[in-house]
Order: sequence, then structure tokens, then C-alpha cells
Amino acid sequence: MTSLLVIIVLVLLAVALWQLTKIFDLTQVGCDSDSSQVASDDDNDVQGYLMFGFLAFIYIFSIYGLFAWGPLVLHTPASAHGGQVDNLMNITWVLIFIVQAITQVLLHYFAFKYRGKKDQKALYFADNNKLEAIWSVIPAVVLAGLILYGLYAWTNIMFIDEDEDTIVVELYAQQFKWTARVAGEDNVLGKANVRYIEGVNVLGVDMSDPYAQDDIVVSELHIPKGKKIHFKMRSQDVLHSAYMPYFRAQMNCVPGMVTEFAFEPIYTTSEYRELPYMIEKVANINAIRAKKSIDLVAKGGTVLDPYTFDYLLLCNKICGASHYNMQMKIIVDTPEDYKAWLKEQTNLVTQVKASTAPAPVEGAMSTDSLKAKDTVAVSKIAMK
Amino acid sequence: MSAEGHDHGHDHEHEHHHKDTFITKYIFSIDHKMIAKQYLISGIVMGIIGVSMSLLFRMQLAWPEESFKIFNVLLGDKWAPNGIMTNDIYLSLVTIHGTIMVFFVLTAALSGTFSNLLIPLQIGARDMASGFMNMVSYWLFFLSSIIMISSLFVESGPANAGWTIYPPLSALPQAIGGSGMGMTLWLVSMAIFIASSLMGSLNYIVTVINLRTKGMSMTRLPLTIWAFFVTAIIGVVSFPVLLSAALLLIFDRSFGTSFFLSDIYIAGEVLHYQGGSPVLFEHLFWFLGHPEVYIVILPALGITSEIIATNSRKPIFGYRAMIMSIIAIAFLSTIVWGHHMFISGMNPFLGSVFTFTTLLIAIPSAVKAFNYITTLWKGNLQLNPAMLFSIGLVSTFITGGLTGIILGDSTLDINVHDTYFVVAHFHLVMGISALYGMFAGIYHWFPRMFGRMLNKNLGYVHFWVTAICAYGVFFPMHFIGLAGLPRRYYTNTNFPLFDDLQNVNVLITTFALVGGAFQLVFLYNFFSSIFYGKKSVQNPWKSNTLEWTAPMEHIHGNWPGEIPEVHRWPYDYSNPNHDEDFVPQNVPMKPGEEVLHH
Repeated sequence: MTSLLVIIVLVLLAVALWQLTKIFDLTQVGCDSDSSQVASDDDNDVQGYLMFGFLAFIYIFSIYGLFAWGPLVLHTPASAHGGQVDNLMNITWVLIFIVQAITQVLLHYFAFKYRGKKDQKALYFADNNKLEAIWSVIPAVVLAGLILYGLYAWTNIMFIDEDEDTIVVELYAQQFKWTARVAGEDNVLGKANVRYIEGVNVLGVDMSDPYAQDDIVVSELHIPKGKKIHFKMRSQDVLHSAYMPYFRAQMNCVPGMVTEFAFEPIYTTSEYRELPYMIEKVANINAIRAKKSIDLVAKGGTVLDPYTFDYLLLCNKICGASHYNMQMKIIVDTPEDYKAWLKEQTNLVTQVKASTAPAPVEGAMSTDSLKAKDTVAVSKIAMK
Repeated sequence: MSAEGHDHGHDHEHEHHHKDTFITKYIFSIDHKMIAKQYLISGIVMGIIGVSMSLLFRMQLAWPEESFKIFNVLLGDKWAPNGIMTNDIYLSLVTIHGTIMVFFVLTAALSGTFSNLLIPLQIGARDMASGFMNMVSYWLFFLSSIIMISSLFVESGPANAGWTIYPPLSALPQAIGGSGMGMTLWLVSMAIFIASSLMGSLNYIVTVINLRTKGMSMTRLPLTIWAFFVTAIIGVVSFPVLLSAALLLIFDRSFGTSFFLSDIYIAGEVLHYQGGSPVLFEHLFWFLGHPEVYIVILPALGITSEIIATNSRKPIFGYRAMIMSIIAIAFLSTIVWGHHMFISGMNPFLGSVFTFTTLLIAIPSAVKAFNYITTLWKGNLQLNPAMLFSIGLVSTFITGGLTGIILGDSTLDINVHDTYFVVAHFHLVMGISALYGMFAGIYHWFPRMFGRMLNKNLGYVHFWVTAICAYGVFFPMHFIGLAGLPRRYYTNTNFPLFDDLQNVNVLITTFALVGGAFQLVFLYNFFSSIFYGKKSVQNPWKSNTLEWTAPMEHIHGNWPGEIPEVHRWPYDYSNPNHDEDFVPQNVPMKPGEEVLHH
């Protein structure tokens, strides 16, 4: 019904425009070929003022946007290197705003100011080496600064010092879920390859590798605050991307190779929830959800759960039909809580031993989950 | 200049060209002007399809889970049961929208139309170096379009691995439905497309080098020609690499090779692939993929340079700097592809190198933007629709280009990579800008193509609504990207975290629908003006370039007598030595007249 209405409105609009042009055409009685479709002085006047109006539109829209949508933007980084990223981002934004403000004003103001008039002649001004040198050199200098700062930060973030005291964690991607493997006490991950995938060993860990004996496989990752986590990413099927926006962290997961990213969380999940901006954001989201729930209930649906903040790992590289729902919760604990959590986990060896005893059904599990279209990605491993 | 009206244009042409049958004149034509029109009309048809697709998936994003009759009507029961779009077809729409807009509209139609129309006419040639190859180029493009469109109707669905078709997703039908027959057709279509593009590009290069009229030195070429010429060179350098990537992908898909695949476990079994790397594909793809954005934007900038100078009644400011910046952009464009791959898993040191080269490109781009603005300064601006679109292009090119400083910086890219921030950036800087360039070109050279004028008032309405909607769509998109919203998500409802972005998505879609609807104004104007538009006078915009010295009705060989000789550069507007505010290139220098520019 609504689409019909839309179509009717569009048709009416088209008719109105057509009539409008008829009227315009009638006012321009003349011979068969003339210059009536070339801008006249009146046109230049009207369009010149509109240019000026458009400049106002850009400015008002930008300022409105900053106030209306600015608060939506990712805030306080939850990782140690995040501050550096955000700092560089802010510097870049200041530069962008300055350049944008100046150039758009000049462009549209000139379009208004120098709108054509019949008896006016333009200035013949073909080149000026000094001017051109100025606007080649200034961007070059500014960019050099940005490049240097950028490269400095990039080097700090991306080059991982192997000797540093870190916790090694594997992020394992498959259509459409994440699994994590904590390296255990030896802090070394056991060798793995998709060719070892069997039963509960869905990550294809080589169980004969001594380093694999204490590896722990989990579907909801806990990490401690204040210690650098060294992530090693793998994928078993297609490209995925491990995106952790609050930690300012992202790295693709590539089948056939191991990729890396490391960061140090600086807020536990509960600390981050208490940040004033986050309290406000969550309250806002819950107000939206409550409103939506009223609509849903009216249509016979169920009420939406209230939202509490959690760090998420999202997939950010198109990976298949259910790409839009591939996520894993990451919980940042205090070091003590993390130790407690670690103790509760059963390691992979125990899991494998338990499953190989009588029940061979588990092998079919991973296949089914691949086929399922709308699996909630945070689905638990069957064993737990 | 002959401005005699040709009331019986058709009869007139028939008298002169008895040999032309309908087929050789309108279908297998080897005349560059007809081929330009063929490209333009095909491009408009592809553009309608590509833009409509974007409106459909924008509706899905604004109102997910909602049922729309139009989805069911257009997509059918399989892909939109009860009017609810499925996730498979959502990704297909995204993929094919990207493919069509980037390759078929902004590469083929933009270059195909204006390079074909303007290269011979502006350099003073009778036709392209090889008219036959030019015709083959168009018909290969047509064939590839047909194959791409037909891929929409295959059982397993059209390609839906994104327009970048990264393997393994694009290689394994087990991974996603569209990687079956749909992807096969996509690859075949693109292979033919590349052949078409190469033939066109070679032709443009050879024509510009060899067929310039007497006096038309390289430094007297209009900037349009410089842009088309350099674009063709980039195309010849980079398109073959995409062809090789496509061929290797075909090998992996059909013959079991492992160029891009390794260690894959899918649908319950380990596949035999060993030793390949998807990262290699990314390198090959972006070796074309990045120059591709300049293949798209440079012709638009060339068109804009010409239109801004003509309508400002002023020489383009810094003609040589403009040429140098085109060449610099072209060169740099081939060594920055890695900025699409900062977090692909390649060595971070490479990331540093690509950050450096990428940000360098901002310098020639800034020079261009400042030169445009200076050209407007103290001009006598004739604000025709073509001029408005050109100014609009400069505006969106700046807005979109500036956010490139963020994306080109590897450190900042970490967190905005593959979010809507990227979508906003590239749509403004290459999508909307190139589209504006194309519209500007159409408004400006429509009289040259069809002998009639487009209605200016409809043009004004078209521009202003499009301009407001373009910012309305893409400006808010930056914010949802900075909020961390990934692109290519079918719906965000699984993430309560993003619930507060939904209002913005509705706003974006509303602007998109209004902007999309107003393109009908352009279509109406275009098609009705071909038949009923006001007849154009000779040289309606009082332009200096040679195409306006040729008779307005199209004849083979462009000029009935001798080809005009060129005596000056194309930007002698408001030259103080002349009374008229324009001096066409074929006007000889007055005795003792000095050249006033460098």
C-alpha cells in the first residue's frame, strides 16, 4: 500500500515538473534554435544565491551532525595503544575541519560572488608560480607531520616484541562463529592445522604436540586487565576479520596463515560499563529498545532484552550469508578474576579424551553449524 | 560559423550517406560519435539498474525485518518471500551494485562516452585511429553487460562475495550460494569487459599521440584530452593484472589449482588446496583496484576542468600544474594499492610504505582543488547546469578526499577499515564526484551529441536535489562508521550496541530514496530532449575547443572540408587582446599578439 502511495506521489511530482517546464518554455517564445537553454543573467543570479544557500546547508548540516551524531562515535579507547590512535585521529580531524571549512567557503562564495553578468569581463589570470608553490608546499609539510606521527604509532602498535611478557591467545574464525584458544601455562599454542579437525577438536589442534597439552578452547573469551594480549588469528574457511572496535584493534583472519595483533586492555568490562559516557549510551539504547518493544508487543512479538555493555569481537570481512551475525563476547577481568576463570576451564586434552570414549556423534556438529543460516554466533561448543 | 537551421536533418544526412544502412549507422557503427552515444545510453541503462539496487538494500538497512511488496515484485518469491529480503540476495545486491557502478557506469560509460566523443573532435581528427577496434570495444562491453545482467537470474543467485570478490569466499560454492554459477558469469563478464576496456584504451592512446591536427601540440591539448589520455594509460597498465587475477581464480575454481587457497575446512571436509594465499589475490586485485578509482575520477576531473574554464570565462588556473598533477596522480595511483590491505595480514612494514605513498597523493589532489577554486575567482560565472555539477564535483571531491587522509593512514585505518566510514569516503570522492563529472559532461556536450539542448530548468532541479541528497546520504554515514558499524551487514539487529544508529540509517535511506527518485527528472529531460529539445545553436557555450567548430549535425569525418588548424591554447577566455570573451583554438594569432600564459 505504501509503495503504491509512493508511486502516486512520484507520478504527480513528475507531472508537476512537466507542467512547470511547459510554463517556462511558454515564457521563452522564440525561434526554433536559440540560446534560451543557456544560463541568462537571471539564472546566474538565482543559482548564485542558491550556491550561497548551499554553503549554509553544508555548514548547518555539519554542525547539526556533530551535535546529533557526534555522541554516537566510539569514545574512550579500552586499550593502551588506543589513546595514541585517538590522539592522531583528533589531530587529523582538526586539520580536516580547517581545510574543509576554508575550501568550501571559498568555492561556494566565489560561485556566488562572481556570478555572471552580461557587461562583466573575467580577469585573465592563467598562472602564478608563487601561489601554486604555496599550495603544494603547505599540504606537503602538513602531510609529512601526519605521516611521521602515523608511522611512529603504527610501528608501536604493529611490531610485536616476541620477548615481551604477553598472554598468547588464538582467535579462530569459521563461518559464522568465533572460538578462542588460550595458550595455557606454557603460554605457547600447540601446532594446529585444519587437517587435524576431528570431533570436539574443532580447531584442528595437533594433540601430539607437547605445547598443545594445556591449551584451553573457549567460546567466550576472558582476558585480564593490564597485561598485553598477543592474539594469533586463524581461519578455517574464508577470510574473516577480527574487529574489536573498543580496543581499536582489527586484523584479518586468513586461511592458510597466522596473523597477529596485540593490545593491552586498560578497563575491565565492569569499569568500562561505569564510564559516564557509556552509562548515557546504554540508557539511550535501552530507551530505544523499550520503545521498539512496545511496537513488537502490539504486533504479537516479545519484549526485547535490556542491553548491557560488553566488549565484542565482530567479523568485519564479508564471509558469507550470515556474516552480519558473527560475534563473540570478550570479558576483561581483573587479574584475580581472570585467574579464577582460567582455573574453571577444562583443557582441550581432557575434552578430547572425554569425547573419544563412547560418543562419536559430535563429529557431525561442526558441519551442522555451518549449514545453519541464522545461528547465533555465540553458540556454545557442544561440550560445555 | 554556419548557424543555418537544419529542419530536415534526417533527409539531409540520407542524401549524403547513401551507403549507411540502419545497421551500419546505428548498430555496428564505426563512427566515434555514434559509439559515444551507444556507450552513454548503455551506461544510463546500467546506471538505472545499479542505483535501483542500492535503493533496495538501503530500504532493507533502514527498515530491517519489514516486508515490502516491491522487494517481492522485483526480487521474486525465492529471494524476497513475503516481501522480506533474504540475506543472500542482500549481499548480491551490494556486490552487483558495486560492480555495475564502478566498472560498467563510471569506467566504461564515463570514459567510453566522453573519450570517444571528444578525443577526435577536440584534437581535430576525423575519427579514432581504428574505428573497427572501437566498434569491437563497444560490442564487447555490451556483451559483458548482458552476461553480468543475466547472472542475476541464475538458480543459485548472482555473485555475492562483494565487488572485490576475495577468495576463498568467491572460490567456494560451499561458502556462499553466489559463488556458484553467479560468480562464474561474473568472472566471464569481467574478462570480456577488460578486453573491451583495453581495446578502447589503446585506441585512445594511439589517437591522441598520432592524430592531432596541425598546431595541436601536447601543451595545447584541452585538459579533457590530457585526462582521458592518462586514464587510458593507467587502464592499459593495470587492467591486465585484474585479468590475470580473474584467470587464476577461474583456475582455482574449475581446475583445482591452489593459487589463492590453502588449508580449508568447509562443510565438514578438508579441501585439497595447499600453499596458495588469498593475500596474493588481494595484491593483484588492488593493483588494478586502486588505479581504478583514478580511472574513474580523472576523466571526471578533465571534464570539470574544461567546463569550469568555459563557464568561468577564464583560463583554467595553472594549466601546466593541472597536467603535472594528472600525471603525478596517475603515477602514484599505481604504487598505493596496499592501503586497502593494511590489516590483511601482510607485513606491517609494507603498511608503512603504503601509508607514505598514499598520503603523497593528497598533494597533487590539493593542487587540483585549489586551482579550480582560483579559476572561479574573479570570473564571470555562467551558472549552467553543467557548471553547477562541476562546482558540486569540486565540493564532494574535497569533502570525500579529506577523509582519505584518515583512511590512508595505517594507524587510523585499523579501526575504521571496512566500516561505513569507508563507504562514505569512497562514495563521495569517487562515486558521487565521478557521477557529477558524468552529469556535467552530459549537460555540456548534449548539444554536441544530439544537436539539441537539455532543458536548463529541469537541470537546475536535478542538480540541487541531487546535491542535497548526496550530502544527506553520505555525511551521516561517516558517523555510523566512526561508531564502529561494519559494512556489508544485512541487518544490525543482532547488535543492540548499534541500536542507537538506526535513526541515522533511516535518515540516510530517506535521502537516498528522494535523491534516487529525482534522477527521473534527469531521465525525462534526457530522453525527451533527444527528440523535442530546443535545437542547439553552433557553440552554445561559447567554448574555445575544436569540437564546436564542426557542424552540429553529425557527418563522417567530423569536418566537411579541411580539418581546422590550431593556433593557440584552449583557454583563451577573456583574453585582454581580444574583444570577444573567447578565442577558439583555430583563430590565428593577431600580428604581434603575445602568448599570455606559460
